[in-house]
Amino acid sequence: MDVTLTVNGAQRTLQLDDPRVSLLDALRQRLDLTGTKKGCDHGQCGACTVIVNGRRINSCLSLAVMHDGDEITTIEGIGQPGDLAPMQQAFIRHDGFQCGYCTPGQIMSATAMLDEVRQGWPSQLSGDLGPAELTDDEIRERMSGNLCRCSCYPNIVDAIRDAAQGGDRANAEDAA
Amino acid sequence: MKAFDYYRAESPADVIGTDARPIAGGTNLLDLMKHQVETPDRLADVNHVGLDGIERDGDGLRVGALVRNSDLAADPSVREGWPLLSRAILAGASGQIRNRATTGGNLMQRTRCYYFYDLDTPCNKRAPGSGCSAIGGVNRIHAILGASGDCIATYPGDMAVAMSALDAVVEVEGPNGRREIAATDFHRLPGDAPQRDNDLQPGEMILSVRLPAPLGGKHIYRKVRDRRSYAFALVSVAAVVVMDAGRMSTVRLAFGGVAHKPWRVPAAEALLQGQAPSPDLFDRAADAVLDGATGQGHNDFKIPLLRRTLNAVLAEATEGSK
Repeated sequence: MDVTLTVNGAQRTLQLDDPRVSLLDALRQRLDLTGTKKGCDHGQCGACTVIVNGRRINSCLSLAVMHDGDEITTIEGIGQPGDLAPMQQAFIRHDGFQCGYCTPGQIMSATAMLDEVRQGWPSQLSGDLGPAELTDDEIRERMSGNLCRCSCYPNIVDAIRDAAQGGDRANAEDAA
Repeated sequence: MKAFDYYRAESPADVIGTDARPIAGGTNLLDLMKHQVETPDRLADVNHVGLDGIERDGDGLRVGALVRNSDLAADPSVREGWPLLSRAILAGASGQIRNRATTGGNLMQRTRCYYFYDLDTPCNKRAPGSGCSAIGGVNRIHAILGASGDCIATYPGDMAVAMSALDAVVEVEGPNGRREIAATDFHRLPGDAPQRDNDLQPGEMILSVRLPAPLGGKHIYRKVRDRRSYAFALVSVAAVVVMDAGRMSTVRLAFGGVAHKPWRVPAAEALLQGQAPSPDLFDRAADAVLDGATGQGHNDFKIPLLRRTLNAVLAEATEGSK
């Protein structure tokens, strides 16, 4: 069966002889986009997070055939060495990783999460279900689908807060 | 994962009356297929059949089976009229999962009993007649209400608990036509057939969930669990309480994490309704909810935990109301 995906803006057609291929394995093993990581392969760790049609999902819990016609953005699609996305830069500035294995998933998840906040989506911390202010607690809650076994959570939260504020604070710190 | 045939359904008619297993978000089904707990021969991808809208239905709302959990929780009408539902959904899973998980699929999710996932141990739900490893085994997350000698698993979800409290109705269609199932009756008790989680019959498909007119009042979903986010409920309480002149004029309660289905106790609601709130009354309501509650050893703590959680929720729902 043919599956056509638009991956990072480019149309890619895969010939799959078996529907069992997950979107994650299709990206890594068929399209050589190994930036997206396989952690638990069961939707618990978030290392495989990619953005599909504008929304973050666990690519391990989706079959590639279910995404025929979809637009996929992976870590390779948001920035490259020398031209990193603001969220990638913020993770570097704040040392938001140690081993780095969960980092692509963290960055893709955080990128889409900020869009969700801009759209006014509530979280379980939003008492009145109104638009949320992006407190550290809100960042932690909204990022709970991404685990970091090196436990770099404080720096991850700093990086995301910084990126959400447009990097102003870190830039000011750099200047000082 | 066992091999299967796959097809993309273009309409509900491509699925209803077939032996194909519908797959929507896949967040639970694919996980179970990787573990080979689920081994469907044929998957019908229902992501393109429509049924993905939220529309007015008189004073109520009709939610399509393919509406994603994120969209349902963020929908302005739901936030306004049925905030309990938004809160319950947002208390479950992660942002990534909620973006894929659907209304129908969430209702169909299966238990997280460890033995159900472990192919090397007996489990009547996975392999009928093989026995229950949780009885006398590790059973910290298991049922305290409505369990049977064959199964003590719980229904793990949050969304359905809110739907039960809100008197929602599940609309399904099978080869013999459409029918409606009260959300409270959609999931069943294990009895001697724990392999059946719910009342959906072979060949039937969930089309939508109907929410009756908003009740007003305070809507609280309190979920107690081992970590603050992205964990299943040990005990959850869904409550709608409307106050009128210092008395509780309307009370709706449903409980998660304690039974094979969202647990609803009309007697407890009747006890509270029309009364002025007091700790003593809340305690008597808890007695009614816990009528027949039985611990299995590791989960004995759920009995006092449910009582305390209900007390806290009712206190919060009625505080400041004179």
